[in-house]
Amino acid sequence: MYGSIGVRGPTFLLDLLKGPVAAVQEFLFLTGSAFRNIFRPPHYTDDIVLQMDNIGVGSLPIAIMAGFFSGAVMALQMSRALATYGQVGRTGTVVSITLVRELGPMLTSFMVAGRNASGIASELGSMKVTEQIDAMRALGTDPVQKLVTPRLLATSAMLPLLTVIADFVGMVGGWLISFLFLNLTSRQYWSTTWRALEWNDVAQGLLKPLVFAVMISLIGCFYGLRTTGGTQGVGRSTTQAVVASIEMIFVLDLLITKMFVWAAGGAIG
Amino acid sequence: MPREAPVPVLRFENVTVAFDDVTALVEVSFEAFEGESRVITGAAGSGKTTLLKAALGLIQPQSGRVYAFGRDLGAMREEELFDIRSKMGMLFQESALFDSLTIEENVAYPLLNQKAIHCAPEEVKPRVVEALDFVELGGTLEKFPSELSGGMRRRAAIARAVVTAPPLILYDSPTAGLDPITAHTIMALLIKERDTARTTTLMVTQRYQDGNLMANFRYNSEQGRLEPARNGARQDLHTVFMVLREGRLVFEGSQESLEASRDSYICKFVKPRA
Repeated sequence: MYGSIGVRGPTFLLDLLKGPVAAVQEFLFLTGSAFRNIFRPPHYTDDIVLQMDNIGVGSLPIAIMAGFFSGAVMALQMSRALATYGQVGRTGTVVSITLVRELGPMLTSFMVAGRNASGIASELGSMKVTEQIDAMRALGTDPVQKLVTPRLLATSAMLPLLTVIADFVGMVGGWLISFLFLNLTSRQYWSTTWRALEWNDVAQGLLKPLVFAVMISLIGCFYGLRTTGGTQGVGRSTTQAVVASIEMIFVLDLLITKMFVWAAGGAIG
Repeated sequence: MPREAPVPVLRFENVTVAFDDVTALVEVSFEAFEGESRVITGAAGSGKTTLLKAALGLIQPQSGRVYAFGRDLGAMREEELFDIRSKMGMLFQESALFDSLTIEENVAYPLLNQKAIHCAPEEVKPRVVEALDFVELGGTLEKFPSELSGGMRRRAAIARAVVTAPPLILYDSPTAGLDPITAHTIMALLIKERDTARTTTLMVTQRYQDGNLMANFRYNSEQGRLEPARNGARQDLHTVFMVLREGRLVFEGSQESLEASRDSYICKFVKPRA
């Protein structure tokens, strides 16, 4: 009946699918629960502020560095291409559009994913394997309310802010290169940079980090809370959290970009 | 007029718990009554910890029912379970103290977070100090768990388990990994808590001597130490031994019948290894 696969085939395939489907279901439950808890007491304000400090202020140096160098490199690379058409003067335009639409949100999110998705997964994973999560439940606290929701809110608040800072610092990097090596005046660079941006760019530049932040924090918490197998399991969860976060950033970036291209009535929309 | 049958504090009714393909508990049934001590033993992976977690409602059974204080835990939402759990204290195997909190904050945690406790803010500190004095850790309030030894962490975790004065306390391997002197100190604290607060106690252990202490010793509050329970000193209380094997309850009874058992598996847990 099942051809060459044999009778065992479909059962085997179903068994293979069972794990991923259960994981997706579990992730969706966690997501629903984390969002529902935003509106339900108790609100752990101290934990939110602590996480904002850890995720936001803690990631500031790395976001600034990534923004500055990506802006500077972008100016150098694009100026060569623009020189072919005699348009070096438009370097600021390319730098600002690339940074605000793509590089700023993506690079900052990668940095935060590497730093915080791993941090969240390892912290919660350690708590899981040392039974602190069970202890929390035994002592009258919902772990999702206490651990997941504050991290979700803190990351969602801080990642867009970090992206704005990274965008600006990136433009400064581009200006430095333009001023020092491309013989552009500051006025020329900043006026093209400013004029290049439309509301559509700013909107997607802010929406992307917000969506990525939700994904990074929830993936970190998800892998942390399902950790098993002692310290080895914590390491595994940490790696999985970072890999899954980065993969999801790529997928969501494509979807959001497509959505904005379509909304703007672009040529490929 | 016939006396009403006592209601068990904890009741397992054909409880089966499975994780993926592994069955941790199989058709386990027993009843624990007020003031009773139960010593649960068995090989590693026999389902002892799972049994305690099922009793707390942390794990839901695939089949069967768990009743605590007369209420079916399987029929309750997580929020409702918090109220039932406030009547239970739990000492986890690895102590499970919160790393980021001081010992004072750890012990205060159930008082501040269990809604059913209703502890006034000004009462929190005195109760924490009292609980820490009970386990002889009065000077560790400001310390973090990482600054304490394994035995001290276990004692701090006992303080957290008893600070709300729960009528039922579950101890998961309270002496595992401790040296004999510290293990005896921990057992003395457990018996002291049982005898002073008259709590129902479930203790998981692999050390027969722990069960022996629980069954045959009592706490002398005047002399502040354990002494053999002679002349019917503990007539009103009794200790039941339970042995688990691959998730099944293979023995439930008194110490005498445990020691009389000829079952080769049960015998392994009766006589301490040389």
